[in-house]
Amino acid sequence: MNQRTWLHAWLMLLPALVMLLAFTHIPALSTLWHSLYLPARSGEQAEFAGLDNYRMLLDDEVFWQALSNNLWYALGTVPTSMVLALVMALWVNSRIRGRTALRLAYFTPTMLPMIAVANIWLFFYSPEIGLFNQLLGSLGLDSINWLGDPDWALPSLMLMTIWKEAGFFMIFYLAALQGLNPDLYAAAALEGASPWYRFRRLTLPLLMPTSLFVLVNAVLNAFKLVDHLFILTKGGPNNATNLLLYYIYENAFAFFDSNYAATLTLVLLVLLILLALLQFTLLERRIHYR
Amino acid sequence: MSQLEVQSLNKGWAGVQAVDDLTFRIEQGEFVALLGPSGCGKSTTLKMIAGLEQPDSGRLQLNGRDITRLPPGQRQLAMVFQSYALFPHLSVEENILFGLKARRVPPAERQRRLRRVTELVDLGPQLHKKPGQLSGGQCQRVALARAIVAEAPLCLMDEPLSNLDARLRNEMRVELRALQQQLGMTVLYVTHDQVEAMSMADRIILMNQGRVAQYGPPETLYSQPQNTFVARFIGNPPMNLIRCGERLLGIRPEHVTLQQQGVDARVVHVDYQGADTIIDAALPGHDNQILKLRLPGHQCLALHSELKLAWPSTQEHHFCLHSGERLNRDFATPDHPLIQTEPTHVV
Repeated sequence: MNQRTWLHAWLMLLPALVMLLAFTHIPALSTLWHSLYLPARSGEQAEFAGLDNYRMLLDDEVFWQALSNNLWYALGTVPTSMVLALVMALWVNSRIRGRTALRLAYFTPTMLPMIAVANIWLFFYSPEIGLFNQLLGSLGLDSINWLGDPDWALPSLMLMTIWKEAGFFMIFYLAALQGLNPDLYAAAALEGASPWYRFRRLTLPLLMPTSLFVLVNAVLNAFKLVDHLFILTKGGPNNATNLLLYYIYENAFAFFDSNYAATLTLVLLVLLILLALLQFTLLERRIHYR
Repeated sequence: MSQLEVQSLNKGWAGVQAVDDLTFRIEQGEFVALLGPSGCGKSTTLKMIAGLEQPDSGRLQLNGRDITRLPPGQRQLAMVFQSYALFPHLSVEENILFGLKARRVPPAERQRRLRRVTELVDLGPQLHKKPGQLSGGQCQRVALARAIVAEAPLCLMDEPLSNLDARLRNEMRVELRALQQQLGMTVLYVTHDQVEAMSMADRIILMNQGRVAQYGPPETLYSQPQNTFVARFIGNPPMNLIRCGERLLGIRPEHVTLQQQGVDARVVHVDYQGADTIIDAALPGHDNQILKLRLPGHQCLALHSELKLAWPSTQEHHFCLHSGERLNRDFATPDHPLIQTEPTHVV
């Protein structure tokens, strides 16, 4: 490549590169830097702490609880919302009456801001007058303190998350389904393949690229989405619903320990990178891309 | 025994009759081409036979069994699609065996049939490749292999060669016909290409606006077109239809020759095509209607030059001007319609 095209290439890359550096890479490096210091006391220089913040993290019970909460939260929401998304997509992709209205209905939770969603569900989950408890009451069952009971709080959040996320993932599955060649299904039908056989041998494998994309996004969202915690539980009761990102927020803006928050952020970042790598390496080889 | 019997098949959408009271039969071992311009209903007909579309009315019978309302998988049909419809995530072998596995054919039988068919269509080295790694011609062979391996009593083909380039298409035409003869397959072959239909088929169903325009062997469609639609569709360039009074005189370009005496004509266009030359000639005696003629080799004819044209009277066709139907020559034309004084032009 000659000098001119080389220069052109870099000039073309420059705007995106500046944005990426300014808002992603430099903050990441500065987070790493911050995590190696103790919080500055008034008027004094921040003291270099080495790996002290990381040692503190290993001994921090709340961190371990938040991590385990978050893993359960991911495990509880990701597979369920993906299966639900696929089922809904298959349904609204079939020739049924009013499927446009149905698609819109499924997609509505995605369009609502998380805060609004949380407010709606706060009403569902209210201890005395909430929708769910009224339903239980009409069946003659004892009411449950959905968000106040440490055993019920996290599952309650999961249910709401699934409700919100499934419609979003459905859109990806729906787009992928509509991109499939109908001749393939005609050919399979003529070959005597049953609907279940067609689903297992055609639809599922042909949707694998979409599934990987959705999986990566769903896992990221399970660690990223914490808006609803501010409305519903604030991480309580007794940290039963505390998730990593919310714990980072607490440390930075409630406890004003931005250095420890930086440490936690770095750990979360490494965790997400590892998860993404794991998903890609496990699934990539088994996926057929067109 | 009749293999496929189609009786009064009807299908319409939103007031348009796509297939209009269609009736025909295909005998065992026959290669029948369903030919017609786009929109004539030939693909719809094929889809209804395959069970991918439901007819509004009519009956389909395969070997005496009523299949009109059966799902596609129970009709015992094989089909080759225009898009090939190969499963992109499966290897060639898995593609070919897809149907046998779905029908739970035992593995030993599957392997026997696979070996036979890969030999027939020459796919040995490609068995473990994915369709994306194959050329168009190879994909075509896989689609064909998948249809053969089913050993179905009737094989439907929907313009299977239209995605290939011209040279490959010619090769595959010969190969497909040879394979059909060798295996004794019964084939219903949809195409809009008259060359494919003429060269491969035992019989041609020429369709127009959802109806059969003519059903017969290729040579009959060529030599005795039943109406002006068939006359205009078969042949390249198609038959000349010259209006004379209440009749249309049909004469094929290849039957017209230059003579010392004959019909006056003036050259308006010359189209050299290598082996022969197509000449458009205006007939001043007949409102300057255009008559095309095909002459062998490279003909150097100046524009506007005067010609005398003639043809054997046995090659004349006559059609009713209004209905377009063929008229029986014996009753219709006691003499030559263009030149009243001369009864015939003998070459």
